[in-house]
Amino acid sequence: MNTDYILCVEHISKSFPGVKALDNVQLNVAKGEVHALMGENGAGKSTLMKILIGMLQPDSGKIIFKGQEVNFSSVHEAIAAGFSMIHQELLPFPELTVAENIFMGREPVHGWLGWINRKKLYADAKALMHKLGVTINVNRLMKTLSIAEMQMVEIAKAIANKAEVIIMDEPTSAISGREVDILFNIIRELKKEGIAIIYISHKMDEIAVIADTISVMRDGKYIGTYPANELDNKQLINLIVGRELDTIFEKRISKSGKPLLEVKKISGEKFSDISFDVSAGEIVGIAGLMGAGRTEIVQAIFGLDKIYAGDISINGKPIKISSPKEAIKNGIGLVSEDRKKTGLVLSSSVKHNITLAALKKFSPGALLNLQREKQVADEQVKKFNIKTPSSNQVVNYLSGGNQQKVVIAKVLLNDPDIIIFDEPTRGIDIGAKTEIYKMMTELAVKGKAIIMVSSELIEVLGLSNRILVVRKGRIAKELKAADATQEMIMEYAME
Amino acid sequence: MNFAKNYLSKYGILIALLVICIVLSIATPYFFTVQNLVIVLRQVSINGILAIGVTFVIIAGGIDLSLGSVIALTGVIAAGFAHPNTYPVMMPVLVGLSAGVLIGTINGLTITIGKVAPFIVTLGMMTIARGLALVLSNGRPVTNLSPSFNFIGGGDVLHIPVPILLFALVILISSVILKYTRIGRYIYAVGGNENAAKASGIRVNRVKLFAYIMCSGLAALAGIVLASRITTGQPNAGIAYELDAIAAVVIGGTSLLGGRGSIAGTVIGVLIIGVINNGLDLLNVSSYYQQIIKGIIIIGAVLLDRKNARQ
Repeated sequence: MNTDYILCVEHISKSFPGVKALDNVQLNVAKGEVHALMGENGAGKSTLMKILIGMLQPDSGKIIFKGQEVNFSSVHEAIAAGFSMIHQELLPFPELTVAENIFMGREPVHGWLGWINRKKLYADAKALMHKLGVTINVNRLMKTLSIAEMQMVEIAKAIANKAEVIIMDEPTSAISGREVDILFNIIRELKKEGIAIIYISHKMDEIAVIADTISVMRDGKYIGTYPANELDNKQLINLIVGRELDTIFEKRISKSGKPLLEVKKISGEKFSDISFDVSAGEIVGIAGLMGAGRTEIVQAIFGLDKIYAGDISINGKPIKISSPKEAIKNGIGLVSEDRKKTGLVLSSSVKHNITLAALKKFSPGALLNLQREKQVADEQVKKFNIKTPSSNQVVNYLSGGNQQKVVIAKVLLNDPDIIIFDEPTRGIDIGAKTEIYKMMTELAVKGKAIIMVSSELIEVLGLSNRILVVRKGRIAKELKAADATQEMIMEYAME
Repeated sequence: MNFAKNYLSKYGILIALLVICIVLSIATPYFFTVQNLVIVLRQVSINGILAIGVTFVIIAGGIDLSLGSVIALTGVIAAGFAHPNTYPVMMPVLVGLSAGVLIGTINGLTITIGKVAPFIVTLGMMTIARGLALVLSNGRPVTNLSPSFNFIGGGDVLHIPVPILLFALVILISSVILKYTRIGRYIYAVGGNENAAKASGIRVNRVKLFAYIMCSGLAALAGIVLASRITTGQPNAGIAYELDAIAAVVIGGTSLLGGRGSIAGTVIGVLIIGVINNGLDLLNVSSYYQQIIKGIIIIGAVLLDRKNARQ
């Protein structure tokens, strides 16, 4: 065994009823390295991480930490030993201050009564933030922080707990641009301190920037470990999906016709003076930093946010949209940014979700035709390749990629002419991503007008005919995808 | 798979009901006789109508605490129009139901347009309606009601008590609304995820308003049945009835978080509460103990449901 490794996972297996989640997996992490763990959703990454942090116990295998075998039977033990995990969805105490959050459960005390030494608490928190190079006032309430700031507090908490291995589960899924840079700077600081970081992400460009080593998992099996600089994107994708992907993005010739949707000088709370048009058969990408107003623009077009001024017309005819109902009636569909928040009724079945926006189709009279509904829902499940035991399955139990396909199936059931995709591939694996890209391309070929908002520049460049770069609520630049590069987009997107 | 699980949890309560019935039949032979079962059904029909109403609201993600007071208010109002040789019997019924619909509309609009939490709105309405019932009746029972009005709560059709028939009708219509109509489906969607419902083109406020109107309207029906049954418009009637109704809904597997539940479950919940009340009466268990037992059953049923949901 190489003693340079701070953590060695050997021959770990774990089964759940009906599935072998991990099959003889290994992972060797060195001190002070950023070790990217990659794989599709369901590859077993989360299960492995849950074992490391003590949430699950392996069926067999060994975990060797600093040369000693460890068995964590609870998260508490794992944290005490020096492990920490920054969860994808953060779990802060919103009504407490930053400092109280950092030292939750290990507050400095004085006196035999164990009263909290508030002075020391805040001084220590301040020193810690300073060390990390973060400028967040430790007296602020947690709920006033942005997601990126909360993440930094979580990292500070890990340091306060003297973590030697920090697991980060898709830390950039909810932040963008400059915030990612700040996070990466912090990660580089942690490396200097000798802390090992296990970094889970689906974003290739990030991995290329931050990772030293990449381990790939597929279907619960360990595929291999590679130095990050020896793999290019294509090789990495092949390792992750296990098959050759000639091109993720199909080459498509744009049919430039008359504009189907025209937006003229619309303004709302978070954007102003937005004008653009989309033709049938065209994909227009909207890029920009998180919080630049991209989502608000498309939500306003769909009637979810208010428009203060400006006009929208479809096929040259001016229309007024003040609710999603009217937008749907006018042939607009929205695949919303956050499928759990605005896309799906998680407690309902796949079938009921798919038909929710188009129920009128199944009730010519007063009553719903349930047979017809089931038939159509089953057709959609097949057409969109939604992996579910049946269309009666509660949608909450589906994987992220399949949930996203349910949202798309729902929106497309109304056969809209103008389809808005807001972050259509967030948090889903490459297999499902590829399927969604293909769907979008096919829709464009069929003559639909498509607007796509995305933070992933690769997909904006790969799918769009034209790209609108949004900065601070305004369109900073319109680019032809053929001449655009990631650098150009970022240049216009940055403030 | 989950479909099967849903059925299992549904059958879970049904099995519980059957077990309770078998135990009671053994403990007291009179329990399982036609006379007694008819009595049980007649007793549960008022709570049943209430519980079905509040099922709509709870599935839509809300709550209604004003039911007991609405019963008293609508009972008093209906009784006021039910004196002999004044109006035809349809009059008190229509006036009572209209009062219920009006209260539901006020609740619904305050919650949707006014954006006040349902708990607070209906808590306020609980005392407002109770106060109104006392004001309208001067705090005295409204008596001397016509025989045709008293038939609603006390009469039989084909040997079946009218309240049971009304309960059955309410079950039928409500099940059809929830399962086979668009508004029914929208109620689940709004309760499950309001934002997603809105983004699917559903007019969320209308759906909620409908649920509150259904709820108060059915409470008015229960109020009319009760006033007729006791041949009195009683301003102090129905105190804490909403709690029994909500208990039945919860026992029936409807989630207080919204988005999940069924009329069938509520009916079983109503029957469980009714059968236990009846059985313990027959066994001469003191009403003090009955309350304790009922509380244990409410919590037990939800524990059982949680376990099923987790598996």
